[in-house]
Amino acid sequence: MNNIIFKLIAQRLGVMIISLVIVSFAVFAATQLLPGDVAEILLGQAATPEAVAALREAMGLNQSALVRYFQWLAGLAQGDFGLSYVTNEPIVDLIAGRLQNTLRLAGITALFSVPLALSLGILAALYQDTRFDRIVSGITVTVISVPEFMVATIAVLIFAVHLKWLPALSYANEITSLGHMLKIFAMPVITLTFVISAQMIRMSRAAVIETLNTPYCEMALLKGASRIRTVMVHALPNALGPIANAVALSVSYLLGGVIIVETIFNYPGIAKLMVDAVATRDLPLIQSCVMIFCFGYLILIMLADIISILANPRLRT
Amino acid sequence: MTGLTTTIARKSGYHINLMGLCSAAVILFWAIIALIAPMITPYPVGEIVDWDYFGPSSSAFWLGSDYLGRDVFSRILMGARFTVGISLVAVTLACFIGVTLGMIAAVIGGVFDQVLSRFLDAFNSIPSKLFGLVVVAAVGSSIPVLILTLTAIYAPGSYRFARALAVNINTMDFVTVARARGEGAIYLIWEEILPNILGPVLADFGLRFVFIVLLLSGLSFLGLGVLPPNADWGALVKENISGLPFAAPAVIYPSIAIASLTISVNMMIDNLPKKIRDREN
Repeated sequence: MNNIIFKLIAQRLGVMIISLVIVSFAVFAATQLLPGDVAEILLGQAATPEAVAALREAMGLNQSALVRYFQWLAGLAQGDFGLSYVTNEPIVDLIAGRLQNTLRLAGITALFSVPLALSLGILAALYQDTRFDRIVSGITVTVISVPEFMVATIAVLIFAVHLKWLPALSYANEITSLGHMLKIFAMPVITLTFVISAQMIRMSRAAVIETLNTPYCEMALLKGASRIRTVMVHALPNALGPIANAVALSVSYLLGGVIIVETIFNYPGIAKLMVDAVATRDLPLIQSCVMIFCFGYLILIMLADIISILANPRLRT
Repeated sequence: MTGLTTTIARKSGYHINLMGLCSAAVILFWAIIALIAPMITPYPVGEIVDWDYFGPSSSAFWLGSDYLGRDVFSRILMGARFTVGISLVAVTLACFIGVTLGMIAAVIGGVFDQVLSRFLDAFNSIPSKLFGLVVVAAVGSSIPVLILTLTAIYAPGSYRFARALAVNINTMDFVTVARARGEGAIYLIWEEILPNILGPVLADFGLRFVFIVLLLSGLSFLGLGVLPPNADWGALVKENISGLPFAAPAVIYPSIAIASLTISVNMMIDNLPKKIRDREN
């Protein structure tokens, strides 16, 4: 029994590693499409033939792409991300602090949105087809079908322009006090919470309603259990797997949201670093950021898979 | 209005409700705007026509002016071309490729199906915004690049959806009968499978269109999509984002344009007659 679970989890891990290798290959290949010679572009005005040749030699550009790919991959595996084209600093140094900021933002968002979304989702299922359910569902569909930056702009309009509670766009790099920190985090967290809660509410509501349609819930209804009891005692334990799955999947939506939110609010996180790197065409930096993002994404997806395996005995066979 | 709905319902044999009809009207409206935009813009799109920047709505400038003093209304009308046009081409390509490959995989099966499914699943595990970002960083942004990138991002999902549907149809008796008659794969795909999955595939087409509009707007908002002097709705929001602290109309109305389109498509699909939407008929 435990052996089977272990085997399944090992299998998912294998799939994840294979996906990661494919992703890394795709990322590396995409950056090889860059027209023109990297050494020439880097040297700019100073690109004499000798200088270009020397730089190509130093950067190992004379080797075949495949060799460079494996060198890069080996470096990644050892935590060596290489040097930035633009600042010539080790990428690890550039990323470390930024990654921490982004993780902090994601963590705080998850802390708020998970309890909020789950309670709303379960309540909406509990009072299915009432006015409450319709309002919640209407709002979630709306949030899902508008771009993230619109959620952010609306949040700014409400909280900064109309209510004047918070600064519209934060431009801070150093955090000086607790109040200051709250102000910096407030708008990004509000926006991200909206974006991922909408997904989570929709999925957890669907999960509970699906379990409500099973014969044992019908049985509970027929024996005279109240609606609340049917949902809480009979449906919810069986919906936990799908709900946990929904949470993990929604948190992976943070990714798309975080890119927009960090840009719009000037938040010093890794997504902002990546978008800026695209503007300066700092390819090693982009590659590293993308790999970190894909790694996080795949871990969350794998977590979602594993949770649903653990929660559903039928998937274990 | 209800008279109209019942007439349509009677004629087509489908039940269509008011919500579905309204959202269809909004979609039609934007489609027409995208076609005739240059004829109806009150001001030249790229020209500075207002002394004020981030001007308010007025009788001369219906939706205010942007950060340079250009007419926002004209720019939104022209933006419809880029947003609707690029998304429509991309979604058509993505669904054509995805659905065709999906049906072929379902009918042929075997190694072809296995390899293609695994490969596209792995491809699907790259988050869409990141993929767009990498491609734009590598080859730069232009409209053909955008269309191809969006197609590449959304074709695997369409494949997966169409294949799952086609596999179900493939096990039906009438397909087995057609096989026994000696019909070829092309006949099976075209005459037996496609007509039976067309409804859900069209609904999926609509949903995918929404995703593409959102991703395109997102990329443009990051400055990686449609580049100046052209501007789609996402780029319009980006250009004017500095007007946000004053609640300038220039930053609000392009967002509303996007929302009106995407919400309408979602609403229309939700309110489609059950006969079309359901997987099993």
